[in-house]
Amino acid sequence: MTQGPRRLPAAADRVGPRSAKTVTVSLDGGTVTGLAGQTIAGVLLGSGVLSWRRTSTTGAPRGVFCGIGVCFDCIITVNGDRDVRACQRRAADGDVLTSQHDLLPARRPAGYNSAGDQ
Amino acid sequence: MRQVLIVGAGPAGLAAATAARAAGAGVTLLDAADQLGGQYWRHLPAQRAATPEMAAEDSSADESPAGAGLLQHGRRRFQRLRAALEADQQCLIRTSSQVWAIERTGDGRPAVHMLEGPPDGRDRRRSVLTPDALILATGAHDRTLPFPGWDLPGVFSGGAAQALAKGERVAVGHRVVVAGAGPFLLPVAESVSSTGAAVVGVFEASHRTRLAAGWLTRPWKLAWELAGAGAGAKLGELAGYAGNQLRRRIPYRTGMAVVAAHGIDRVEAVTVARVDSNWSPVSGTQRRISADAVCVSHGFTPRLELAIAAGCALNPDRFVQVDADGRTSVPTVFAAGEITGIGGADAALAQGAVAGHCAAGGSVADPAVAAAVRSRARLRGFASRIERAHGIGAGWTDWLVPDTLICRCEDVSYRALGDSAAATAATGLRSVKLSSRAGLGICQGRICGRTVEELLADRGRAAGLAAGLDGASVDNRPIVSPIRMSELAAQVSAQPPGPSPTQSPEAPREEC
Repeated sequence: MTQGPRRLPAAADRVGPRSAKTVTVSLDGGTVTGLAGQTIAGVLLGSGVLSWRRTSTTGAPRGVFCGIGVCFDCIITVNGDRDVRACQRRAADGDVLTSQHDLLPARRPAGYNSAGDQ
Repeated sequence: MRQVLIVGAGPAGLAAATAARAAGAGVTLLDAADQLGGQYWRHLPAQRAATPEMAAEDSSADESPAGAGLLQHGRRRFQRLRAALEADQQCLIRTSSQVWAIERTGDGRPAVHMLEGPPDGRDRRRSVLTPDALILATGAHDRTLPFPGWDLPGVFSGGAAQALAKGERVAVGHRVVVAGAGPFLLPVAESVSSTGAAVVGVFEASHRTRLAAGWLTRPWKLAWELAGAGAGAKLGELAGYAGNQLRRRIPYRTGMAVVAAHGIDRVEAVTVARVDSNWSPVSGTQRRISADAVCVSHGFTPRLELAIAAGCALNPDRFVQVDADGRTSVPTVFAAGEITGIGGADAALAQGAVAGHCAAGGSVADPAVAAAVRSRARLRGFASRIERAHGIGAGWTDWLVPDTLICRCEDVSYRALGDSAAATAATGLRSVKLSSRAGLGICQGRICGRTVEELLADRGRAAGLAAGLDGASVDNRPIVSPIRMSELAAQVSAQPPGPSPTQSPEAPREEC
């Protein structure tokens, strides 16, 4: 079975969205493309990426859950800024996305600096 | 000019802004999103605008022709409301504006603290508005009950699936299960289906007998019945969904629930089961269904934190209490839409119009709001009817297993929550939150809070305590949205507190 989320191609879409420019972002060094106006979550899910964070206690994968900015499951580091809700922030061309796996304080090695901390 | 500040630009907020302007007040309309419409009228961004939306701009009909209503119902009404407000010099629209706190000032007017800029950004512009009247139209979000595997990627709230369909044209999966309770499951299934995904079934936990008490035995019939009773577009809309369901042969099953999701790192299947009238799974009825996404919504939770911060009283059902004017227990603060009861978009529009008119200084008896008052009265029973037909059954906890996560933020399992409560001999929310960490995470208990409350209340009852809770409420969140230390610090260093010397007497007082 083909699996996972994807963006409906405009040509196959009954609502006929206007064609938009592509935006290219990086996720942990890899390249992901989406369309102008999409949220970061929209770009990632639209490209088949279902999760981009790991929880602190169990390391379980997380992506979008509530989709409307309430649950904070989809947080991601954007251009060095931590904890940005991917479902709320529009993607900008060239955004550097870093997935978060924040270790519990007791498990942090000496000198640990979680992603994006200045 | 009297200044009215409105928080939330969904149906209630847009109607409130329109009515307040018509009554002669100056209006500032805030929304955290960068477009108007709220969740109900969520739409594609301008760069990807849908063809029917472009074509519909100059029409005066309220409903679009066949097909155009695919993503938005009543879209022309939305477009008219938006266009009029955008063209109005005395209506200041501030999108991408997150209210993060409300304080009560000495003169009774609320001080509304906001951040303007990209969501969760670093250098958002801070300001404080002190309007003559505040209208809260903050809406509601899905309530999803925990079940084993609900934390797997591929499990979405119904609202997420709908937002991704409406605002992104993203399908959450290829084979999608929709489950939970309430009439909202139908538009969710419709949205998912519109993205090209196969909806393999809609599983409504309520039994037909219970649906009959609130609605009618068949969901597609209820719509017609209620349309006949005068609930209008809301029910025409439900009828449309039901019609589409039938056309596309999406199985709609009542008295069934998703009781587990399975997979390693992503959903590969779900287990559905029959549930009894109290939502307890019936043993021997479990059936595994292959699916790569599941959208689950068991109802809605009102977004109450701003109302609570403003000092507004809640009613026993835990919605904001309002009088006939839409006024809360705080004379300068009004409320409209789902935070006053889950009644749907038409009720929100009517309540917003009344609240906007009265917040601007008008009276509920004025002819200008007569139609809205009638519409509000007609729709009044809607919320209780939904609750009667689809309200959560207490037996749902029987589908929990010890490892089921309760708090997604802090990874607190059902077992850990119980162990914490037992070890501390506590059933109070405050102490169990602190000892177990359930509800202490970054979502501030928005997802698990009411569930934790109910689980603790169950324990309290089992222990013979009349009331298990200690008076603490999960709905109380003084800091409504995260604010970065640098943003807080920037304000303090930029300017001392107090009214800005440059403020205009014609606009809500603002300090930056």
